[in-house]
Amino acid sequence: MNVKSQGTIVLQILVALPAIIILYYYLQPLINYFTYDLLPLSEESHWGQAINFFLYDTIKIIILLFVISSLMGLVNTYFPVEKLRVYLTTKKLYGLQYFFASFFGAVTPFCSCSSIPLFIGFVQGGIPLGVTFAYLITSPLVNEVAVAMFLGLFGWKATLIYASGGILLGMIGGYILGKFKLDRYLSDWVKQIKANSQTEFNQFEADNTPFIQRLPSIINEGWDIVKKVLLYIIIGIAIGALMHGFVPEDFFTQYLSEDKWYAIPLAVILAVPLYANAAGIVPVIQVFVAKGVPLGTAIAFMMAVVGLSLPEATLLKKVMQWKLIGIFFGTITLFIILLGYVFNWLL
Amino acid sequence: MEIKVLGTGCAKCKSLEEITRKAVEEKGIDASVDKVEDIMEIMNYGVMTTPALVIDGKVVVKGKVPSINEIKELL
Repeated sequence: MNVKSQGTIVLQILVALPAIIILYYYLQPLINYFTYDLLPLSEESHWGQAINFFLYDTIKIIILLFVISSLMGLVNTYFPVEKLRVYLTTKKLYGLQYFFASFFGAVTPFCSCSSIPLFIGFVQGGIPLGVTFAYLITSPLVNEVAVAMFLGLFGWKATLIYASGGILLGMIGGYILGKFKLDRYLSDWVKQIKANSQTEFNQFEADNTPFIQRLPSIINEGWDIVKKVLLYIIIGIAIGALMHGFVPEDFFTQYLSEDKWYAIPLAVILAVPLYANAAGIVPVIQVFVAKGVPLGTAIAFMMAVVGLSLPEATLLKKVMQWKLIGIFFGTITLFIILLGYVFNWLL
Repeated sequence: MEIKVLGTGCAKCKSLEEITRKAVEEKGIDASVDKVEDIMEIMNYGVMTTPALVIDGKVVVKGKVPSINEIKELL
């Protein structure tokens, strides 16, 4: 790539970035103008409000998701996975390794197909199983889609609680699982890898592509993520918008309110077999919360939906025996339930 | 030239395979492009992040989908 095209990239970003910020800032008045002035809908009508709400939420979340995906892509491009591996195996970290692994799981964009190679890579590098689990727990739980949806629908405070709760869950879950002797329940070929594990020191080569030339592909990938989940976002928000209108106020309160001790275990256990991605589930969760379900219960429900799923179990089957998958899922379920109580108590 | 695309079958891996085939075609070089989906085989290359691109046994790209121009340069 020559100098001229670098200049073009810089120019495009200089134009696009303020445009996105301005659009985000003036989105509500813009959508109001569109629905109530351009379309023949009145501000008081049920449909007018629903369409306004739907358009505003969808566009807001698309913008957030695009920005967050690009930022995470940026972190990822420069995140030295190999260095992390060496760091985790050679340094005495006094428990902090669980935090690093869990945090790393949060910033890597969740692609189930990347989780397994990373898992093996960690095992290969001689990283303890518990630390590897910390990564594996947080990876699907905290991802760019979940963060963008939470930011858009619940605000930054709930997002912070969700993300830090997810990272904490990975750390604690990984630590506890690491205490059991679980190595024997890995698949045979993984055991073999583990037996031959060794610390590699200088396997990484520096990548010298300048930042500016990296940007277009990072931004493209961010946009790809948006395109991939766009349909789910639209369906999720549409269901949410419909539920807002038709589910009576306080409908869920009778079953899932805070004073019922069994509400959280019930919500979590119901959620484990459900499989949905964050894009589809958060708008529905938002309705739950609007209709009287405590936020902590809702977050626990959501964590169980995105963090534990049958497709994930079948992927894990490649690297571990069913018994270990059972222990893994059971432990996480238990901790999600506990976390739900903590959230409700905190919020 | 022997080219291998490593990936367990997610969207990114598929797009890397597509771009690689296109790059080979546009450059008009004689090369075989194979997709490696078996996780055990992938791990033999010491790759931790998929998708990855292997040219003549050497891992040249991992964990991302490069642009077609980048691949052409690598070829």
